[in-house]
Amino acid sequence: MALDFTFTDEHEELRATLRSFFEQHSDEQAVRTQMASERGHDPAVWQQMAEELGLAGLIIDEEYGGAGFSYVELLIAMEEMGRALLCSPFLGTAVFAANVLKLAADETTQKELLTGIAAGQQVVSVAHAEPNGRWDVAGIRLEAALSSDGHSLTGTKAWVLDGHCADVLLVVARVDGGLGLFRVAGDAAGLTRTLVPSLDTTRKLAHLTLDGTPAQLVSAGDQSAAITQAIALTVAALTAEQVGGSQKCLEMAVEYAGSRLQFGRPIGSYQSIKHKCADMLVSVEFGKSAAYNTCFAAAAQQEDFLETAALAKSYCSEAYFRAAADTIQIHGGMGFTWEHPAHLYFKRAKASEILFGDPCYHREVLAGLVGI
Amino acid sequence: MAEHRTMSEEELRERTRRLLEEVHPEREDSLTFRRVQYEHGLAWVHFPEGCGGLGLSPKMNLVVHDEITQHSSVVHHDPPASIIGIGMGAPVVLTYGSEEMKRDLLPRIFSGEDVWCQLFSEPSAGSDVAGLATRAVRDGDDWILNGQKVWTTVAHLARWGMLIARTNPDVPKHDGLSYFVLDMHAPGVDVRPLYQITGEAEFNEVFLSDVRIPHDQMLGKEGQGWRVAITTLMNERVAIGGGGSKRKGGGSIAQVVKLWQSRQPGAHSLAQEAILRDRVTSCWIENELLRITGQRARAAQKSGNPGPEGSVAKLAGAESAQRLWETALDLMGSDALGFEAGYELRQSAARAETPEALAKYQFLRSRANSIEGGTSEIMRNILGERVLGLPGEPRVDKEIAWKDVPRS
Repeated sequence: MALDFTFTDEHEELRATLRSFFEQHSDEQAVRTQMASERGHDPAVWQQMAEELGLAGLIIDEEYGGAGFSYVELLIAMEEMGRALLCSPFLGTAVFAANVLKLAADETTQKELLTGIAAGQQVVSVAHAEPNGRWDVAGIRLEAALSSDGHSLTGTKAWVLDGHCADVLLVVARVDGGLGLFRVAGDAAGLTRTLVPSLDTTRKLAHLTLDGTPAQLVSAGDQSAAITQAIALTVAALTAEQVGGSQKCLEMAVEYAGSRLQFGRPIGSYQSIKHKCADMLVSVEFGKSAAYNTCFAAAAQQEDFLETAALAKSYCSEAYFRAAADTIQIHGGMGFTWEHPAHLYFKRAKASEILFGDPCYHREVLAGLVGI
Repeated sequence: MAEHRTMSEEELRERTRRLLEEVHPEREDSLTFRRVQYEHGLAWVHFPEGCGGLGLSPKMNLVVHDEITQHSSVVHHDPPASIIGIGMGAPVVLTYGSEEMKRDLLPRIFSGEDVWCQLFSEPSAGSDVAGLATRAVRDGDDWILNGQKVWTTVAHLARWGMLIARTNPDVPKHDGLSYFVLDMHAPGVDVRPLYQITGEAEFNEVFLSDVRIPHDQMLGKEGQGWRVAITTLMNERVAIGGGGSKRKGGGSIAQVVKLWQSRQPGAHSLAQEAILRDRVTSCWIENELLRITGQRARAAQKSGNPGPEGSVAKLAGAESAQRLWETALDLMGSDALGFEAGYELRQSAARAETPEALAKYQFLRSRANSIEGGTSEIMRNILGERVLGLPGEPRVDKEIAWKDVPRS
């Protein structure tokens, strides 16, 4: 099937609404306040995003109180969030957890948690990665143990999005020779949550230590394929966020290059700077192609979706990092200061490049899928 | 040609069927058929009557093509050597030529009888083509031309050339140019093949020594050559996408993946294999993104909001093709030392028999991708200035007479 990447008038309207909302509620000052806070996001804004804009339940079915939209609307939302450097549990809760629940959880759990997410009442985080450096399901080693009233978990989970403040944790662990999904309360006994001082302080990450922690198995059968798919869907959404961030970097760089005068003329009239901007434009446009391709593929449930996600994560990660790095360079000394926002994008770019696997890893995944 | 005559699609189909009754592509050769097609006004239906057309809208050309295809297994397409004449020569003659020129030249362009070439670029005027130095000096009813043109496709086959020359060196560069239709058989026109790094000659050099050209062969007025040239260039068909295959993993990348899969076992260490595989995958990604960016460009155009996708593709396409074929050679290891096809200088195109030979040929040919049709440096200026709106480089040659501008 050929995708045509057409955005409708309704899509453009959604984009405009979100842009103005985030300009108001996630301006630079708001970002700086949240990145310095422990929770890492403003619960009032999250509530507003859920209730007024229906964002928390954007991809959740209407029967659970969601908006029932597709990945095309999600890509628009993520682009705008990336542009605004929004500090929010959106990626962890409304994307990763929502996808994991949709694909792996039993109906009762789906009903309860998806409804809670859509209403903006619950922050739900997926804990799958471990300190072994891997992001795929094969890296999951933690083994569930049987207990008198169900299961218990003992081990460590790493780099959990908003894990320090989540109301509910969805822990992926080995059980019965496959992977199972376990529901753990945020305040469960034997659970220690440690906020990680992170490279990118606009996105909070936590490590979890579980010591005989009571856990409820909420899936049936091996969930390896479902978790792999949910990770890829989260990756696809993340690439749209990367594209939004890189577009903003390009705009900042071009604006500065056009107004900063040295040797009597705008620095953007020098080819050394102009060509750097042109190269940024090329990689931002290619990044859009990659991110739109995978999100449209997700929306259409295309067979080759996993390929498109790996491709996009590899390309958009590098494009965003390059754009953020060049933005600092074009801003000169000003770009190196704490006061200027360029470093916020630079840190977000590098961290989101590594999160869910770096470009080299994703190229290897792609190579395997397409037979290179 | 803003106003189009009205003729229903059915009337046009009927007219096309009458042409096919008189001549049929399955019976007549291309030249004969296309001559009659022109007489019927079915060459370019958007041209005026008497000039190979019917004054209809350009999209009606598709109707003629469709009707011919329906009734004939043979279709006489535009002859390959006539692409420049048909794409650029005919529109410029139509817009600026005298009635006599239109009558004499247009039918022969369409039939393929006369091949046309374009004489713009010069050894000293590449990116800065308006700085060209070929001089035309008035002598009675004639002009006398002296200079050298370069990168001229099909000049060795051409009957006519579209030429810009400097008729006034005492004014700024754009103001001193005039546009001529040059008889390529005139005394003093010397066409020589220009052999390139592959050994073949896709292009020519054209030397002009005291060539006489009648004043009535000038298109537009004296000093308006740049404006006429711009019209010609606008008619040049610019392919959107700048390359990229039609389907996922298709085209050039398929050739390189094939080379990778047929590599000699044990020729590379495991570490080398991992690095090469990553490079092939990066090429695969670029190839795919070129394809998707082309799709986005078409979608944006359809919706009436053309974005920068098209301009981006020329630059990215050139550079990714070069990386692709460089990678292909690296995959071959020591086998890349050989060049089995040899470098015999020839005017015919090289034909690659194996994937290895194709890769080696493309490795050399792709160096031109970032030069022809706008160098990558000029493309970056265009993206920076026209798309991103950055200020231009100060121009030192803008206000001064051409003769006072330093040149190499």
